[in-house]
Amino acid sequence: MKHVVVVGGGVAGLETASILVSMGYQVTLVEKEDVPGGHVKRWHALFPDVRPAAEVLAAILEKSEKGIRMQYNTEITSIQHRSNRYALVASNGWQVEADAVVLATGFELFDARKKEEYGYGIYDNVITSADLEDMFIAGKGIHTLQDKAPQRVGFVHCVGSRDEKAGNLYCSKVCCITAVKQAIEVKQQLPQTEIFCFYMDLRMFGRHYEELYKEAQEKYAIQFIRGRLSEASEDKEHRVVLKVEDTLLNKPLKIAVDLLVLMSGMVASKQTQAFRDELGMTKDEDNFLKPVDGILHSNLSGVEGVFFSGTCSGPKNVADSLADARSAALAVDKYLK
Amino acid sequence: MATIRQFGYQVSKDRQIDYDNNSRNLIRKVLEKEPSLNNCISCGTCAATCSAALYTDFSLRRLILLVRRGETESLKKETAKCMLCGKCQLVCPRGVSTRHLILQIRYQLQESGQKTEF
Repeated sequence: MKHVVVVGGGVAGLETASILVSMGYQVTLVEKEDVPGGHVKRWHALFPDVRPAAEVLAAILEKSEKGIRMQYNTEITSIQHRSNRYALVASNGWQVEADAVVLATGFELFDARKKEEYGYGIYDNVITSADLEDMFIAGKGIHTLQDKAPQRVGFVHCVGSRDEKAGNLYCSKVCCITAVKQAIEVKQQLPQTEIFCFYMDLRMFGRHYEELYKEAQEKYAIQFIRGRLSEASEDKEHRVVLKVEDTLLNKPLKIAVDLLVLMSGMVASKQTQAFRDELGMTKDEDNFLKPVDGILHSNLSGVEGVFFSGTCSGPKNVADSLADARSAALAVDKYLK
Repeated sequence: MATIRQFGYQVSKDRQIDYDNNSRNLIRKVLEKEPSLNNCISCGTCAATCSAALYTDFSLRRLILLVRRGETESLKKETAKCMLCGKCQLVCPRGVSTRHLILQIRYQLQESGQKTEF
């Protein structure tokens, strides 16, 4: 029986692995953490239908329980080609051999501290979109560091994305709709709170995203201000004072918010980049893995027997990651048959 | 005593929108009467089709934002430029009741004419 190793136990890795099992392959999934689920397990609800992330993850995990050999707490540090097979070695000394390798090593959130002028890690009440999901999951209400319900919340789009100063020219795709979803969730919990989204342009690319954006305006009175945050400061009351240009009015705007949420973008994970270099794959400008052909062969790495699944080959939402993961399983099957 | 102004100097008026100190009474009242205003995406279709804009610098897109930000100083003069022809309402992709909106802004400004809060 042919053996496939999937590196990374996020939703993409789990989906590819469970499909390969159903196709009759022996599959080992290696995950660096002690639980599966990757980034999705840190989400409270998914856009655009504000569906509980735990429900989606549970459905994916249920399939994966059947027949995948799960190897947790294991971070693969080396993948080497040895006469038609691959030898994988982990930092804890664990080793495995495989006939094919699927990279499902995903992304990391852009470190918002790098945008120092926005004050993450400096001011009390600047958080990231991931921190806000944590707050939703904790279920103790939305609050400032001083434990007050915010009267005004600001969302900053494109943090670490489309920004030469951050070293990332690309769009992370999911942050616009995430801000809309999170703004609605905040408003549902705190109906009296004023909410502002500061954007360069809004990219509602997915099905039902535009409708959710309209609902945010129509039903929840969320205000969208076109202008990119230039700098933030903190006042005596621990509020965050923002300076943006209201570009549609051609005027500078000053506004204080009680809580500022930075929409951190996606960057290629360190592991993703390390494997790219070790296996001699092409380095793409955005640091994500570059498929042989982005349209026709999105899962082929160009290295025989090595395949891509999910966000290691670029920013994706959960639905697109899962579709890509299924397609990866087909590519592996075609190769091993 | 001579002042600095006599030498041709002046203090420039701040262009910054001071959102924290601007009054939002007007937008609150207008939204109450015309909630479709929330659907505006500032696309500018209204301003492009506007009959009055051919002869004046009237822009409904801009007017809406001024009302939203509490920048009310120029509003009376601005709203007077509209001829209420309603073409903007025909073209709005988000279904904003633009004609009623302008009437409401005018009405609210008039109502507050004696007060100083706007």
